[in-house]
Amino acid sequence: MSEVPRFWREAKHRYRLVGTRCENCNTLYFPPRDICPKCRRESVGKMREEELSGEGEIYSFTIVHDGLEQFKLQVPYVMALIKTKEGPLVTGQIVDCDPSEIKIGMNVRSVLRKVRTEGKSGILQYGYKFELK
Amino acid sequence: MSSIVSYGSYVPRFRIKAEEIARIWGENPENIKGGLMIYSKSVPGPDEDVLTISAEAAKNAIKRSGIDKSTIGAIFVGSESHPYAVKPTASILVEALGLPNSIHSADYEFACKAGTAAMQNVMGLVDSGMIENGLAIGADTSQGAPGDALEYSASAGGTAYIIGKKGIADINRTYSYTTDTPDFWRREGEKYPSHGGRFTGEPAYFKHVLMGAKKMMEMQNTKPTDYDYAVFHQPNGKFPTRAAKMLGFKEEQVKDGLLTPIIGNTYSASMMIGLSAILEKSEPGDRILAVAFGSGAGSDAFDITVNDSIRSFNKNAATGVMDQINRPIWVDYANYVKYRGKILMRGE
Repeated sequence: MSEVPRFWREAKHRYRLVGTRCENCNTLYFPPRDICPKCRRESVGKMREEELSGEGEIYSFTIVHDGLEQFKLQVPYVMALIKTKEGPLVTGQIVDCDPSEIKIGMNVRSVLRKVRTEGKSGILQYGYKFELK
Repeated sequence: MSSIVSYGSYVPRFRIKAEEIARIWGENPENIKGGLMIYSKSVPGPDEDVLTISAEAAKNAIKRSGIDKSTIGAIFVGSESHPYAVKPTASILVEALGLPNSIHSADYEFACKAGTAAMQNVMGLVDSGMIENGLAIGADTSQGAPGDALEYSASAGGTAYIIGKKGIADINRTYSYTTDTPDFWRREGEKYPSHGGRFTGEPAYFKHVLMGAKKMMEMQNTKPTDYDYAVFHQPNGKFPTRAAKMLGFKEEQVKDGLLTPIIGNTYSASMMIGLSAILEKSEPGDRILAVAFGSGAGSDAFDITVNDSIRSFNKNAATGVMDQINRPIWVDYANYVKYRGKILMRGE
């Protein structure tokens, strides 16, 4: 089934790391949430969109040797948890690097890359990945 | 008069050397390096295309400018390798860059001068008062057929200019020259372009670039010595070097904008990326002659004067083009063909 509607709905946070901040308790969430799990009903109508800077450091990572079919051209590639400057932990691929050189604590910044393609004729899905600073 | 408010370039980190391509095709690399003046070229990663390259270049331009994105009223993207045949690159960029939805947008095509056509269109909208600021982008991930001379040069990169009323470099005048010249083309559905070999020289590149430069200097009543820098379209290192010499420019005027010998021909970004490298080191009062060429064929010439605002310009807010060029990841021919989608995979 086509992923066009879902991808379209998520485009803003995938392209630009747009999360939401609860104006009740000031917690920033990424991916965005409609309701703050801490404040629950108190947060209704108080979730505001906020763009992350894309800056952060590697919190943890793994090297993928047996990747998904879509990533066949890129193995071995690095998937990492990024501790963003603003707080949220974000999962993303580290691109343009030698996987053996990756270390926890390295500084990264977000880049826009092609994430998936729906075959030869489907849509191109773009989203955030990270590169070493 | 419109002015360049900011600039940003992006060059993929992967590079391949002329020796490595020559090794596969049994050619003498010295002929390529000496004859075409190409030593290496950039290679887009498997997850990079014109959209991602344009986005990174534009983000760099926006970061440096410090302007409010809501003042950007137009975005035009020039390329001959847009990711979709039908679906604008510009519309994806509007969302990816967080630009306002009330915006003039379009994709342009004119071989290697589609990006400068975008610049001229933004200038028109700014000068007419229709918009305050606009983004003009030139980007490509060009392909050369395996074994073709173009394979040594066809590379990837992009440059974005924000053009508005008050900027760091005033565009004094622009001039274009267009003729029907079949020097280089790609038919619909064809993967690789065709070209007229030596025909791409005299009747195409040189005629249009020289006409663009000469006519501009005639209209502005200037001569080569009036310019601190000159930058021309760079299909290889040899053509712009020879054009500069024919026009009477000296090596020191053109060397800072001549990037093709290291990064290859970035097509729609070729002259624009060279101009961005010049702006990175220019001082108030510097005068620049910039001439883009697009096969088919035409040239876009710009006479530019850098003004005092460049002193307070925050160029360090983004990674400079020379810093990007100076951190290559070298790939061999096997990885190059893998990244460029030249290997037939199962089901293809």
